[in-house]
Amino acid sequence: MSGGDDERSGAGEPYVSRRAEPYGSRGANPYGDPAAGPGPAAGPDPDMGPVPDPDIDPGVDPDVDLHVPTRRAELAGGRAWPVFALLACGGALGAAGRYGLALLLPARAASFPWATFLTNALGCALIGVLLVLLTEGGRRGHPLLRPFLGTGVLGGFTTFSTYAVDVVGLLDEGAAGLALGYLAGTLLVALGAVWLGVTVTRRLVRRAARSRRATA
Amino acid sequence: MTWLLVIVGAAVGAPLRYATDRAVQVRHLTVFPWGTCAVNVLGCLVLGALVGAADAGAVSPAVRSLLGTGLCGAFTTYSTFSYETLRLCERGRNGLALANVLVSVLAGLGAAALGLISVRWLAG
Repeated sequence: MSGGDDERSGAGEPYVSRRAEPYGSRGANPYGDPAAGPGPAAGPDPDMGPVPDPDIDPGVDPDVDLHVPTRRAELAGGRAWPVFALLACGGALGAAGRYGLALLLPARAASFPWATFLTNALGCALIGVLLVLLTEGGRRGHPLLRPFLGTGVLGGFTTFSTYAVDVVGLLDEGAAGLALGYLAGTLLVALGAVWLGVTVTRRLVRRAARSRRATA
Repeated sequence: MTWLLVIVGAAVGAPLRYATDRAVQVRHLTVFPWGTCAVNVLGCLVLGALVGAADAGAVSPAVRSLLGTGLCGAFTTYSTFSYETLRLCERGRNGLALANVLVSVLAGLGAAALGLISVRWLAG
């Protein structure tokens, strides 16, 4: 926990004050820039990992990470309603997709909930792809793309509540093995899917950036 | 008709998730994603209660589609939960990542069971 607190203590807004290299040069020491000076960030900080560009850093919470200045300002002034309207549209689209998949793969009593399983696995892979595309390689998509596609569509598509209630339902029906398999299976596949989405997309984004530099 | 109910429920659920996440995130200073965790556990409690009520015949299939598939489905999220867990690992916070998985899953299951059982008990 302490590392997380350190990120915010002191200067008030250390994320803003810290000048960081964009993700494109992530491999380089982000503190190599002498203009950055010493200070608390001098030397590699094993707790922090690479220091990201504060404006496009996906943060930990891609929906609401108030370390990220653009996201802190998301609801400021008259900008709240367009964001809520986009989230409503995105969430409705995502939920319609989830419902469509549930109609294609109807659940039977005491059986593996394939529709919810596939929905969550697919949604996790896609959020990995999306957030790398939107935040890495020095790219900046439209500021409303992340809330619409990430928070809205994919958030509305995937579901945690149906997952938990289905596990409890399977336990209730006496299918303890199936419940445990579904519980662990979804968790492993979802985490694997988001890792795969992030890793593959990151590799492609870096390769594209390298070839852009080579041709430039 | 069911499509419409799901869409209307989700159009409320997704912005409500964002607002709830934000309300939680402004109240703490850690990197632990309490906002998403809170949203998911709360959604599990409500859906558990709703399924219990539907099983008892107290709630129509239409209301279940509107509030269950639509609202609770869009209110909770697996994609953000997974992504946050991965981000914590990428930042070297493996302990927090594991804690996020354990807290979200165990509290989510507990909340779903609590909702289901308490409504069943109330319905007699």
